[in-house]
Amino acid sequence: MFSPALASAFCIGTLFGVGLLVSGMTEPGNVQGFLDLAGAWRPQLLAVLGSAVVVAGLLFAWARTRAAPLAARSFQWPTRKDIDARLVVGSAVFGIGWALAGYCPGPAVTALGTLSVEAWVFVPAMAAGAWLAQRLR
Amino acid sequence: MSDAWINALIGGAMIGLASGLMMLTVGRIAGISSVLGGLIRPSPADWQWRLAFFAGMVAAGTVAALAGGWFPLEPLASARPLPLLIAAGLLVGAGTSLANGCTSGHGVCGLALFSARSLVAVASFLGTGFIVTYVMRHLLGSP
Repeated sequence: MFSPALASAFCIGTLFGVGLLVSGMTEPGNVQGFLDLAGAWRPQLLAVLGSAVVVAGLLFAWARTRAAPLAARSFQWPTRKDIDARLVVGSAVFGIGWALAGYCPGPAVTALGTLSVEAWVFVPAMAAGAWLAQRLR
Repeated sequence: MSDAWINALIGGAMIGLASGLMMLTVGRIAGISSVLGGLIRPSPADWQWRLAFFAGMVAAGTVAALAGGWFPLEPLASARPLPLLIAAGLLVGAGTSLANGCTSGHGVCGLALFSARSLVAVASFLGTGFIVTYVMRHLLGSP
């Protein structure tokens, strides 16, 4: 069952993964080094984020001028503007786990492909955590 | 500029390109925790593109591994204590689910859309990330 949307999702996932690998974000030491302000600080994560935000922002601005996406019926832009406790506390909890392992979701999923033992332990735990949080809502 | 900075800028641009193309073609935000969240819902309605996206990410890792040492790969034998990884995974999964986003959804896409909500999320996870790292490395003395 070929569809343009599925094919582009796969190719975009590949590009995303390669970007994470090239930028060094799949290496937990680089992430933990960035978070270690008082140690041997590795500031490169700022360049990864800055570069990604600028490029994504330009393409989002282009997308805004279009009526519909190329391979789907409609754009699903984020609409929420509220800043609630769930946002702040959830992000704080995420930050704790991020610092403990040096993995956020994207690099962890990409590292599954390298057969990293750590990723194969981390990702199922992450899925379980998300599943539990969905139940508690 | 050192290789680390050039890799960071090029890799970041690829991540941004992928995020922008996701919206331009599929019309969705490329937020990894949200893609995962949609896959583990009791009755996922649109799991196909989510799974295709994840398959692409995993394929990137496999190709990199096969290419051999060209990318900064993590050595197989150097896994850290499993309870630490499991606890961290649970926290990352639960936290990003509660906050509706992680470093990609709130970090890259949210900031690119000038979302105040995402800016608060980023400040919050960076804040606890800095604090936990300081406590771990400089107060408890873990490597």
